Amino acid sequence: MKIALFATCIVDAMYPSTARATVSILERLGHTVVFPAGQACCGQMHMNSGYFPEAVPVVRNHVEAFEAEDYDVAVAPSGSCVASVKHQHAMLARTIGDADLETRANAVGARTYELSALLTDVLGVTDAAAELGSWYPHRVTYHPSCHGMRLLRLGDRQADLLRTVEGLELEPLPQADQCCGFGGTFSMKNADVSSAMLADKNANIAATGAGLCTGGDASCLLHIGGGLSRQGSPISTLHFAEILASTRDNPAPAPDRIGSAAGISGKAGR
Amino acid sequence: MSSTYLGMPGRPVFGDGNLHATEAFPTAARRELGNAQLRANLGHATHTIRDKRLRVVAELPDWEELRDAGSAIKESVMARLPELLEEFEANFTARGGKIHWARDAAEANKTVRDLIRDAGADEVVKVKSMATQEIGLNEYLEEQGIAAFETDLAELIVQLDHDKPSHILVPAIHKNRTQIRDIFLREMPDVDPGLTNNPARLAEAARVHLRRKFLSAKVAVSGANFAIAKSGTLAVVESEGNGRMCLTLPETLITVMGVEKLLPSWQDLEVFMQLLPRSSTGERMNPYTSLWTGVTEGDGPQNVHLVLLDNGRSAALADEMGRSALHCIRCSACMNVCPVYERTGGHAYGSTYPGPIGAILSPLLTGITSEENASLPYASSLCGACYDACPVKINIPEILVHLRAEDVDSRRGTRKTPGQMDVAMKAASWAMGAGRRMALAEKALPLGKLAAGPDRKIKKLPGIAAGWTQSRDIPAPPAQSFRDWWGKERGKSAPGENAPTITRQKEKE
Amino acid sequence: MSARTEILDRLRSALHDAPAAPDIPRHYRHESGLPGDERIELLRDRLLDYKAGVCVVDEPDVPARVAELLGKGTTYVVPPGLEEAWTALAPGRITDSAEEPLSVAELDAADAVVTGCAAAVAETGTIILDGSPDQGRRAISLIPDHHICLVRAGDIAGVLPEALRGLDGTHPLTWISGPSATSDIELERVEGVHGPRTLDVVIIRV
Repeated sequence: MKIALFATCIVDAMYPSTARATVSILERLGHTVVFPAGQACCGQMHMNSGYFPEAVPVVRNHVEAFEAEDYDVAVAPSGSCVASVKHQHAMLARTIGDADLETRANAVGARTYELSALLTDVLGVTDAAAELGSWYPHRVTYHPSCHGMRLLRLGDRQADLLRTVEGLELEPLPQADQCCGFGGTFSMKNADVSSAMLADKNANIAATGAGLCTGGDASCLLHIGGGLSRQGSPISTLHFAEILASTRDNPAPAPDRIGSAAGISGKAGR
Repeated sequence: MSSTYLGMPGRPVFGDGNLHATEAFPTAARRELGNAQLRANLGHATHTIRDKRLRVVAELPDWEELRDAGSAIKESVMARLPELLEEFEANFTARGGKIHWARDAAEANKTVRDLIRDAGADEVVKVKSMATQEIGLNEYLEEQGIAAFETDLAELIVQLDHDKPSHILVPAIHKNRTQIRDIFLREMPDVDPGLTNNPARLAEAARVHLRRKFLSAKVAVSGANFAIAKSGTLAVVESEGNGRMCLTLPETLITVMGVEKLLPSWQDLEVFMQLLPRSSTGERMNPYTSLWTGVTEGDGPQNVHLVLLDNGRSAALADEMGRSALHCIRCSACMNVCPVYERTGGHAYGSTYPGPIGAILSPLLTGITSEENASLPYASSLCGACYDACPVKINIPEILVHLRAEDVDSRRGTRKTPGQMDVAMKAASWAMGAGRRMALAEKALPLGKLAAGPDRKIKKLPGIAAGWTQSRDIPAPPAQSFRDWWGKERGKSAPGENAPTITRQKEKE
Repeated sequence: MSARTEILDRLRSALHDAPAAPDIPRHYRHESGLPGDERIELLRDRLLDYKAGVCVVDEPDVPARVAELLGKGTTYVVPPGLEEAWTALAPGRITDSAEEPLSVAELDAADAVVTGCAAAVAETGTIILDGSPDQGRRAISLIPDHHICLVRAGDIAGVLPEALRGLDGTHPLTWISGPSATSDIELERVEGVHGPRTLDVVIIRV
């Protein structure tokens, strides 16, 4: 299968290792990965902040970039960005009365999958250790991000894949379904409320005893990790794609070796 | 008879009364967040109700079907609102009720005052009602020399404490049992000085306090949960029996209700009376529901009035994206699951309507430019818990985003210099509008390392990003973007050429 | 312009885009399909959960059970059309009617009230009074502190839609699900506020 990678802006710029891990996983399964060169961002930051006219060129660019490439399905390692592509792009086109863009956005959206949904629903992966060689012998807890959980209804797909990683101990996160408080510009406009939500999330993460919190959205992990780092917590964060990509031969860094920079330029996903 | 409106769409007429936030949400939220007792009380109460709601909702195999029906019924009501109101009016009037229309809060207040005076009364008992809270009826009546006694336990607590409600279902949710005991000891004449903080004892104290009022009241004021157009029937849903007291014993009953509360037919009630109790108090059914259709001879009030209130509802109806906010049945499930409400409480929202529904309903009723209501649609991380909990499937996150766009647009061109957010969004729009420009912007990534300290963390940013760095670090950006890496590693080779053969695990099988 | 005309004009103007009224999908349950004895059991379970008293009796045992629930020396109110035999073993009966209504003070002085009901809903633990002669005026089941409600097994519906189908919505209706209660203190339910603090439901097997 020919799979187009939508890296998403935050992964592209801040967490390239997550995109490389995604490529690695898909290629191990024998698929061809292409990277539509025109891609930039899904535009949800603009839309969710109320800047609809400014979002239009971003959305149009995404649609054009993914129309220009020849592929079977597109994938992104982010529930939030995929939800935007699948739901918000057409909504924005409707709002500005562009029926043509709406149709095209819907067509791109229909072929776009969040990583765990692609692996589970399309590629039929049920056992990461057996099928991907996934190995990560550490205690990990998992935060299911809001948009993956509520807009894409990913359910347990990410957690189920993590459970099949060899050596991984998955600690249940209390009040896992509670938002971490990121919410894009919410974390700046309502910084106090956002910080209060983050404090509770991170207290729950600490209570699990795990050395690492994983999840499916780099933005939430940036938020959670930023808070843990400020507290001086030894707990680190890592995208679940990097855990799936981690093997005995080419392991992702251990939780206590990720730190602020190692996770970014780490060796995961080679 | 209903007629088709042929005029041009008019300018929306917004509502007034207790709908306006007078300070921006972030400012109010910061103050409320500082109250540790409040956060503890709210956390305990919202988690209790969340668990109860989930349990009773899970019992029904057809919960989603009920939500679908409820949502469609409300959508249909909004599409046919003028004709349904006329139908309701005809049936309610035919059975001896009297209808009064009120364009805004002031007109509704004056109407209620005149009706009370006509009944020769200078005091009234009240059933908890959001509509009368919205129009500020109690304050108005007090100015006019009429005493209004709230009879719902939580409303009574709030009234005795000279406080404001903080939740639409449990107005005193921000107070715990000990605080309530202290209010009763301070404010209730004849209260047992040995009163404990046991909830049953507190309820008993409220019973004794209000009993004589109920048995002697001449006039009662209520809201209504539902109005059935086909029969002219009104319904009040409650728990304590204070509603039954008010709706049954006085000679005169004055109900104030927003025009959006209609249901077309009797059959529709079976949907909403399954959705509402489970969503609000997490009970299979609330203890008491009363229905009345005009006047019943020899049973209950013989003077029955209904004040039908617009107060911005027509303006909300005119907003194609926002009108479904009028589907709200005031169950409060959205606030009970909202992580923002849980931490700030209801007072931070300023308006009578707090929480996620308030964040959309208040600006829809008043207009986005009214006072500080423009800050309300931003009081959400868009986590979506409210939409999942809403029994009539109001897409609150989508309407929040729609109202944010309205706010941004309303401010365009009004400033001499655009705000930082405007500039940042414009710049990001340009950069993210093409892959090659994005690539160019990413060339600056190594510069981010300069901003990071020796521990490779960015700890302080200026301007609008300062909020982020007050409690969170940002990792130093990587030396190379993924796009750059891909271009260098893969760009020159055909796609897939570099695919390593790590399908070995699969081959082993 | 009158407020009425103006509001209706505003609303019509607000619907300038002429939104369609959708068809209503009614795929929820309209029947429970539960047999009679399971409906009784479910109603009992739900009422007990609300801290109501419940007993299931055969019709000949009703007078004794009602007398027992009322206790000795009790004055109690009955509506005009309540089966006389049911309260035959309990002295202290006061009859209320629309023609000769008891005053609020008289109702307040009574210890209890005994009524029938128009319908009951097993799944929600609800009894519904519609003002028929065996149920009386709304005030009588409200002011006395103890309500004994007699429910014929045949009147128990499984789910709410089943019960509402047989009722006339224009009658003054009171739906009762357990004794008066409040959740206003820390969102925890406490039984007993302004309505009758004791509710006993006598289910009559037929």
